[in-house]
Amino acid sequence: MADYEGMIAEITTVKGHNGDDISAYFARPLGPGPFPGVVLIHHAPGWDEWYREATRKFAHHGYLAISPNLYERDGSGSPDDVAAAVRAAGGVADDQAVGDIQGSMQFLRALPQTNGKVGVFGTCSGGRQAYLAGCAGGFDAVVNCWGGRIVMSDDEKSEKMPVAPIDYTENLSAPILGLFGNDDMNPTQAHVNALEEALKQHGKHYEFHRYDGAGHGFFYYDRPNYRIEQALDGWEKLFRFLEEHLAA
Amino acid sequence: MCTWIVQTAELNGSGKSAEGWIPLTKANVCYDHPAHAFMEHSVNIDFVNENGGTGDRVAVEISAESARQLVSAIVAALEEGSKEHGDLLAGLHA
Repeated sequence: MADYEGMIAEITTVKGHNGDDISAYFARPLGPGPFPGVVLIHHAPGWDEWYREATRKFAHHGYLAISPNLYERDGSGSPDDVAAAVRAAGGVADDQAVGDIQGSMQFLRALPQTNGKVGVFGTCSGGRQAYLAGCAGGFDAVVNCWGGRIVMSDDEKSEKMPVAPIDYTENLSAPILGLFGNDDMNPTQAHVNALEEALKQHGKHYEFHRYDGAGHGFFYYDRPNYRIEQALDGWEKLFRFLEEHLAA
Repeated sequence: MCTWIVQTAELNGSGKSAEGWIPLTKANVCYDHPAHAFMEHSVNIDFVNENGGTGDRVAVEISAESARQLVSAIVAALEEGSKEHGDLLAGLHA
């Protein structure tokens, strides 16, 4: 007989930036733990089904996993409609995103089942925001999957995104795993090289994996960008990295 | 989506959304990852009513070649209409 296993996955509320109530999808294994935690930062297309599934995947692997809706303030409705509104508005402000991510981290740290370790994972714009959150402090591990615009030219900066995340690298307070596709146009290989150089320069613990034959978003099994071989290898490396840094 | 670079056009007209006809005030146009079209990049056009909710939107995701043909078709339609209704291409910049 197999050992009993189960999980709970549900919408909850966390205190985000400025104390705002933020919806979050929360999945956790049943049982007393102790379990490590992970905050999942959704991609630019929004707080969608893929992120629900990814959150449950982390719970399946033994993590207290929470995915806050970073588009909470931009309306309700289908994720693609909300994402379109956010896109038209130039994205969400970095300060706000980091506040929502930190609020989600505090939610996990307050749970009785926590082992005291919390990581942050994000893809696409969420990879960039995971990097920002890692530099803001409080996390024990960072996973940046193909986050674009960590390296930014001056004309790419905006009121909402005033600082290139790479400029915060000195403050990065946790080991970081980076997964990138070599055919990606954002970030390009040159961007990834620049980020790696900054991490080296500041003596940070990093582990980068760059995949040939893959571009942006190669984990998304429901999109043509999906690359099964690279994705399977990436998930394996990701869970190994988190186990190394988040086990109690 | 990953670049947050969006071009816009002010609109005066109507479009049919999932909820029925809505006034349109703006088009948001970008070349980025689509939500539905089975391609890695597409020209994404959101015809929206800025005074409505997030669902007040007519969304289009088409290939770059499709977009070029659409632009040509719109210009051709304006040229044809100009024969009956005066210069409809005035102010159009290439």
